[in-house]
Amino acid sequence: MNKFERKMKYFVLTVASIISVFPLYWMAISATNKSADILAGKMIPGRFALENFRNLVNTYNIGKAMTNSIKYSVLMTLASLIICSLAGYGFEIYHDKVKDKVMSILLLALMVPFVAILIPLFQMMSKLELLNTSLGFMLPTISTPFLIMLFRQNTKAFPYEIVEAARIDGCSELKIFVKFFIPTMKSTFAAAIIITFMNAWNSYLWPKVIMQTDESITMPILVASLKDGYFTDYGMLMLAVLLCTMPTVLFFFFLQKQFAEGIAGSVK
Amino acid sequence: MQKNTLNSKRNLIGWVFIIPAFLLIVMMYFYPMIKALILSFYSGVGANFKFVGISNYIHMFKDKVFMQALKNTFLYLIVQVPIMLMVALILATLLNDKTLKLKGLYRTAIFLPCATSLVSYAIIFRSIFAVDGIINLVLIKVGILETGYNFLAHPISARIVIIIALLWRWTGYNMVFFLAGLQGIDPAVYEAAKIDGASSIQSFFKVTVPLLKPTLILTAIISINGTLQLFDESVNLTYGGPANSTITMTHYIYDVSFKYVPNFGYAAAMAYLILVIVAILSFIQLKVGDKRE
Repeated sequence: MNKFERKMKYFVLTVASIISVFPLYWMAISATNKSADILAGKMIPGRFALENFRNLVNTYNIGKAMTNSIKYSVLMTLASLIICSLAGYGFEIYHDKVKDKVMSILLLALMVPFVAILIPLFQMMSKLELLNTSLGFMLPTISTPFLIMLFRQNTKAFPYEIVEAARIDGCSELKIFVKFFIPTMKSTFAAAIIITFMNAWNSYLWPKVIMQTDESITMPILVASLKDGYFTDYGMLMLAVLLCTMPTVLFFFFLQKQFAEGIAGSVK
Repeated sequence: MQKNTLNSKRNLIGWVFIIPAFLLIVMMYFYPMIKALILSFYSGVGANFKFVGISNYIHMFKDKVFMQALKNTFLYLIVQVPIMLMVALILATLLNDKTLKLKGLYRTAIFLPCATSLVSYAIIFRSIFAVDGIINLVLIKVGILETGYNFLAHPISARIVIIIALLWRWTGYNMVFFLAGLQGIDPAVYEAAKIDGASSIQSFFKVTVPLLKPTLILTAIISINGTLQLFDESVNLTYGGPANSTITMTHYIYDVSFKYVPNFGYAAAMAYLILVIVAILSFIQLKVGDKRE
């Protein structure tokens, strides 16, 4: 590679990095400034974070939205991981012709656009009186074909000898799963946690449809409703956006490797 | 004999592990799909709810807003998806270099937008491109514009803003797939190409692109699927406007179901069209991918 090409390479990557980071930088900085300063183009941290926070808390029920979002996302992640990891494990360890067929039928669900089943799901939840409840929020996406597939693919790397040895030692099948499979597959579980938590935290269309009371509101719904006034307080708005983005960005920074693995997990 | 009973017992346990996930998918995906299909042949609400045959399916092609939504969605598909995949592949190729300095930093930065929720980034881009936003401020300072241009109030610029936002959010995501794919390519292949006198650009098109074909198809399917279901951006970045020039199909279906006088039957019919389009496009992609040269 010649010198020019090398320089071009660094140039392109630097520009791409700046473009990628700038909107988030601007958001984080603006959360600490007052609206007028933001509109004047201020690009350095200010001292208005606390005031923006006070305005936000006084005008909107952000505490409720935050606790709701955390509650829904954590419950969803727990339920989803238990159900899908068991299924992925079951499909691989006990696989036979019938189970393989069932798996390929389940994978068809990957193709189903959410909007195509939105209305029947809404009707189902209102009939079951699950509108505005955690269970109603969770039910449609506890079991996802993607997660089952992720666990199934990764189970292929789990040595079958462990299963056989544990059986000889008299372990029950469930015990093998809990005692040997879960500890061995930590990185797969980490990837699954990130994917599921992010999807639950960020979901918008479904909660917009079924979470209709102020009591059940989530962060994305609250943040989306903030921008609808005639006058936009950009400082307050960006602080709300920052709070809504923080949990997933933190996840991203601390578990980037698993994050990437979770995304590319289906390639294997 | 004993072995057989043991095997069938294990087989049963296997089913016990699978059943909860299986039932949930049947209940939450397949059953609603059938319900939606039936619903799509009905129209009206309450006492007026009646069977109308395929008239919903005929009506949607005369529905100006829906046709506009269909056009917008395909515009995003045709313009944004190829640019995004190309840029993602180029960035992945640049990053897939053992001698590169600051590799981790570049990767983290380009990957970062993936961690932002769709609602959040839609609002950030709405604010950045606002008439009094930072982009206009810079354009005025540099002297390109005299007064702020209302990007979101003009059809073409509003669509461009949506496309820029989508590129920003999803390029890094696709890059991760390509990086994973590139790591599976033996460096010796590139060495051989170099010895044969191929330039970097030639080896990109003659080695990287063909070898990454499966990953390209996978990312294309995921992107097409995602683009056909765009919702958060249309609702929060442009409100579907001006005059429905950026509205997506899912956004319009939501409005028909929950914002206007609800017409679940008609909405279900439109949603089914998306399902059919997703199925057809994925099928074509897979067929193209199957072909061996």
